[in-house]
Amino acid sequence: MARNLILAFETSCDETSVAVIEDGNQILSNVVATQIKSHQRFGGVVPEVASRHHIEQITICVKDALAEAQVDYSDLTAVAVTYGPGLVGALLIGVTAAKTIAWAHNLPLIPVNHIAGHIYAARFVQPVEFPALALVVSGGHTELVYMPAENQFEIIGETRDDAAGEAYDKIGRVLGINYPAGKTVDEWAHEGQDTFNFPRAMDKEDNFDFSFSGLKSAFINTVHHADQIGETLDAKNLAASFQAAVVDVLADKTVKALQEYPVKELILAGGVAANQGIRARLQNELQAFPTTELVLAPLALCGDNAAMIGAVGEVLYRHNVFADASLNANPGLEFEWAADSEC
Amino acid sequence: MKILALDTSNQPLSVAVLVDGKMQASETLTTHKKHAEFLLPVIEDLVSKSGLQPAEIDRVVAAVGPGSYTGIRMATTFAKSFASTLDKELVAVSSLLALALNIRAENVLINPMFDGRNQNMFTGLYQWQNGQLKAVVEDQHTNVNDWLDQLTEFNLPIVMVGEIDNFVEPYQEILGDRVQVTEGLQNIPNAALLAEYGQQLEPIKNVDSLEPRYLRLTKAEADWQAAHPDERGGNYVEKV
Ligand SMILES: [Zn+2]
Repeated sequence: MARNLILAFETSCDETSVAVIEDGNQILSNVVATQIKSHQRFGGVVPEVASRHHIEQITICVKDALAEAQVDYSDLTAVAVTYGPGLVGALLIGVTAAKTIAWAHNLPLIPVNHIAGHIYAARFVQPVEFPALALVVSGGHTELVYMPAENQFEIIGETRDDAAGEAYDKIGRVLGINYPAGKTVDEWAHEGQDTFNFPRAMDKEDNFDFSFSGLKSAFINTVHHADQIGETLDAKNLAASFQAAVVDVLADKTVKALQEYPVKELILAGGVAANQGIRARLQNELQAFPTTELVLAPLALCGDNAAMIGAVGEVLYRHNVFADASLNANPGLEFEWAADSEC
Repeated sequence: MKILALDTSNQPLSVAVLVDGKMQASETLTTHKKHAEFLLPVIEDLVSKSGLQPAEIDRVVAAVGPGSYTGIRMATTFAKSFASTLDKELVAVSSLLALALNIRAENVLINPMFDGRNQNMFTGLYQWQNGQLKAVVEDQHTNVNDWLDQLTEFNLPIVMVGEIDNFVEPYQEILGDRVQVTEGLQNIPNAALLAEYGQQLEPIKNVDSLEPRYLRLTKAEADWQAAHPDERGGNYVEKV
C-alpha cells in the first residue's frame, strides 16, 4: 500500500513549523522555529513582528522538513495547513506557502483547524477512539470539545474572557517572570501552598464555560494591595494559589462534562497541557471514570507544531476535505457548538 | 524564457505571464484587497491559459515592497515559496520601481509614491538611462515635506505616479510647474511591464533569505531599540 505522506504547515502564532507525517501517526520530521526570544522583548507576541519572522523562516523550514524526513515532493500525498484560528498575518504566511507548494507540485490542499491540531497531538500516543472529549488549554484558547465520531468536533464549553494561558502570562508578569510564564509558575506552584484562596469563577454554574479574568484581577489586586502597605507576599504561595484555582475550575468542568458526555477517551491538549499540576489532577479525577482513558498529548507536542496539523490532515484526507486555491486565513475559525448545549 | 510576474503591494493585484518576451496573459484587479483569496486563483488561471504547467516557468519576478505590509508579504511569500520549491530563478523588484515602469519618458525624473497616511509616504526617485530604470534617490519612508526638500536639489521635470492624490498640492506649492501629474490607469502597477523589465535583471542568489522591503521597523521594535541602544539584535528565532 502506498504511504500517506503529508507535508504540514503551522504558522498561526509565534512558531514557524513544517512537518512530514506518515499515515497520520508517524513523525518523519517536525521542524519548529520559535520566535519566543523575539517576543520576550515586548512581553508578549507582537503580530506584525510574528508575520515578519514567519516569512524569514518558511522556505528554510520546508527544506529542512523534507531533508530530515528523507522524502521528495514526488513522494508526497498532500499538503495540509492551519488556516485558523490565530493571528491573520501569521496564518497567511503558512496558507500562502502551502497553496503555492500544492499548486507547484499538483498536490491536494487540506485546510486544518488549529484546535483540531492540538487535539490530534494525542494521536502520536495512541489512536483517538470515539466518542472522545478534549480539554484544550493554551495561551489563546480554553475549550471543551466533544467528538462523537471521527472528523466531528463540537464545542460544549469555552472561556468567556481570557484563555487560561493568557492569565498565566499576565500574573507571571506581576511576579516578575518573563513571557511565557506558564512553566515557571507551574514550578513555583509545586513549592508553595494555596494560602490565598482565590475565586473559582463559574465553578458551580450549570454549564461547561470558563472565566479567568476575575481570578487574574483578584491576583493582581492582592499583590498591589500588599505593595501599598509595604508587605511582601510569598511568590511561591501566590503561584500555588493561582494554579490551584485554575486547576480546580478546569478539572471540575471537565468532570461535569464527562458525566454528561460519557467518552472512551479524554484528551488533554494545548500549550498549558504541559502543566504538571493539571496533568496530575486529571489523572486523579479519571479514577472515577474507569471506562474513560486519559490521553495526555506528548510534552514536546503540546505547543504549536506542524506534526499535529499533519495528524489531522490525514483524517481530513480520508474524509475528502480539501480546499482550493482561494483558501484564506480565518483568524476567528471555530468549531460548531454542540446542538444540545446552551450558549 | 517563461516568466511569471506579480505585484500585490497595495490595493491593486496584478499578474502576468510572458514567454520569450511576448505577453501571454495578464490580469489586474483593483476591486478588492482580498489578495489572499485571489492571488493563487489568478496565477493558476493565467499560467493555465498560457498553456503552461507551473514547473515550466523559468523565472518569477515579484514586487517585494515597499507597500502594505500584508500585501508585500503575499507576493514575497508566493515568490520565494515557488522559486524555492521548484528551484527556479527569482527576481525581486522594488514596488516603487514597478510603478515607475508605467512612465516611459526620458529626461524626466519619475517619482513613484504610496500614501503612508498623515503626510507620510513611501517613495523614491527614478530615471531611465540606456533602457534601465535607475534609482536616483533610494526608496524610503519619509514625510512629504522632508521629501520635497530633497527634490528641490534636482532641476528636471518630476513626474508623480501612484497614490498621488494627497500630495499634488504640496508638490505644486514647492516645485511649481516642474511637477507633472500622472492620470488614471498609469497610476496602477502593471505586471506585464514588470515581467518584461524583469527579463534583464539578475536573479537573487539566496531565495530562502528573501524578505519584503518594509523600509520601516515595526513600532514595537523601534520603541525597543530606542530603549536598548546598545543591544545589537542578533538571532531572535531558534530551531527547537
Ligand atoms: Zn496553539
